[in-house]
Amino acid sequence: MTTADLEQGFEATIAAGQRVEPRDWMPEAYRKTLIRQIAQHAHSEIIGMQPEGNWILRAPSLRRKAILLAKVQDEAGHGMYLYAAAETLGVDREELTEKLIESKQKYSSIFNYPALSYADIGVIGWLVDGAAICNQVPLCRCSYGPYARAMIRICKEESFHQRQGFELLLAMVNGTGAQREMVQESVNRWWWPSLMMFGPPDGDSPNTAQSMAWGIKRHTNDELRQRFVDMTVPQAAALGIALPDPALAWNEERQAHDYSEPDWDEFKAVIAGAGPANAQRIAHRRRAHESGAWVREAAQAYAGKQAAGAAPGSNEVAA
Amino acid sequence: MNGHHTGVEEHDATNAYQSLSQTTGHDDPRWAFGTGVEDVQAEITSPVPDGVDAEDLAAYCQMLGDDALIYSHRLCEWVSNAPELEEDVALANIALDLLGQARVLLARAGHAEGAGRDEEVLAYARTEAQFRNVGLAELGDELDFAHAIARLLVFSSWRLALLDRLLGSADPVIAAVAGKGVKELTYHRDYAARWTLRLGDGTDESHHRMQAALDTVWPYVEELFRSTDEEHRLVAAGVAADPAQTRAEFDAVLGEVLAKATLTRPDRQPIGTIAGRGGRQGLHTEKLGHVLAEMQSLARQHPGARW
Ligand SMILES: [Fe+2]
Ligand SMILES: [Fe+2]
Repeated sequence: MTTADLEQGFEATIAAGQRVEPRDWMPEAYRKTLIRQIAQHAHSEIIGMQPEGNWILRAPSLRRKAILLAKVQDEAGHGMYLYAAAETLGVDREELTEKLIESKQKYSSIFNYPALSYADIGVIGWLVDGAAICNQVPLCRCSYGPYARAMIRICKEESFHQRQGFELLLAMVNGTGAQREMVQESVNRWWWPSLMMFGPPDGDSPNTAQSMAWGIKRHTNDELRQRFVDMTVPQAAALGIALPDPALAWNEERQAHDYSEPDWDEFKAVIAGAGPANAQRIAHRRRAHESGAWVREAAQAYAGKQAAGAAPGSNEVAA
Repeated sequence: MNGHHTGVEEHDATNAYQSLSQTTGHDDPRWAFGTGVEDVQAEITSPVPDGVDAEDLAAYCQMLGDDALIYSHRLCEWVSNAPELEEDVALANIALDLLGQARVLLARAGHAEGAGRDEEVLAYARTEAQFRNVGLAELGDELDFAHAIARLLVFSSWRLALLDRLLGSADPVIAAVAGKGVKELTYHRDYAARWTLRLGDGTDESHHRMQAALDTVWPYVEELFRSTDEEHRLVAAGVAADPAQTRAEFDAVLGEVLAKATLTRPDRQPIGTIAGRGGRQGLHTEKLGHVLAEMQSLARQHPGARW
């Protein structure tokens, strides 16, 4: 088969809305785009453990501690499924982790903001996991099979996280005045970064068209952002919390909410590495990875010895 | 290639999001999943068994509960810091299991005590001297994975032997915690033993680190097998297990694992007591004060608040 035949077969698969599987031929640019996106997504899950992990030891009740611990543990699991999906494209976790700690690959900009109060735990669940759901639910139909399947599993857990976050906020707004204030202050800080999670405005998102043509992306950034705003407004009302945007209003004509643009300069700065917590997040991940090297080496050496012992007469397995 | 139709998942997840604002059930048990508390909730308020001193029962539940609570807390320090993602998940899992055990045991302690304190009050409003955990539980691992494994091997081997003997406890809550806990601790011990082998018989570096970690942990072993007066009385009442009776099993397990792992059983002096008092009597290492300062900080900033 010629490359043209292969390309035609690939295009036909995409056009029919069918899934591309690891054994199938795919254009190099498609593979690269997927690796970049899945790796970025996996890194986000892992880096995302840090802001919430910051509060596990101070969780104000045993019940909240159990919920938070289980959630952060889920995020580690999400990272694992996603690295496994990336591995089907011929890259391994170690290699991707190196790229993360060398700042050669990105992760969601939202995790470069600090978690400063326990209300942040609720708001992260409600808004950040909520925005992640809006972004990720369409990925359950992504053209690449292993990614789509990982997303189905992940989305179920994310919606659970979002409910838990909302439930914490509900308990807090029904609590003391100090707790209510904590929730409002937290929403004020996280609202804009949450809107930024959908990426730059469509006019400023050069890769969107190709990703949509390949069935990797299903909606534009602005479409998803609008959906998120429309879903969130009634929930904020149910909490009795104000969203910090005076221009936020229902537009009868569009049947959607009008809202202000987030500060895209801040977004660009955070993406470029100048967010409040970028340096801390990467240093933390680097420390964990590097100080675990001797453990991974030991496991490998032990497995090598076992394999050698299990097959007497065979050569020593190279470490 | 397959043309799986996945629109159903999308629909479901979107629905879950949209129904959020109608969600008001604070007590939906699914929100505290992973803790297993729900399984035994109904039994927590069952009456103190005949012939059992309620104060002794409360004290004993605090001992077992505090061990689990403080150990779990220390394990939480590993979250996002483990050498591999699989280990992050496994250590969090163990922490969750122990936290689940702690919640039930402290709730039972509160009920037996009859002074209106629930597990949250017991965890967040007691001071150092009111905690009854053993020293081993409050040691930090300082993010040394060998230390985490050495401490877990010792703790889980001991607690498993203990819970195994509590399966038939006359107290229904202790028996229920043991029933669930034996399965959990079997996994914890297995996890620790597998890593002990890998580290002990891995590289030269890992061998040395693992041996050093065992040496560091070993002084805290003896306290595990010291029985208290409350335990003596509760053993007679069929409620408690005498920790001294678990020593032989512990030694056998450790002997087997350490030998396989090419490690040497440490020969170290045990930590001493003050006038016969140790962790079980509320006399702790210097570590516990720091553990509680962090754990209780937010709860104490908002007295009376519900979360
Ligand atoms: Fe996640
Ligand atoms: Fe999540």
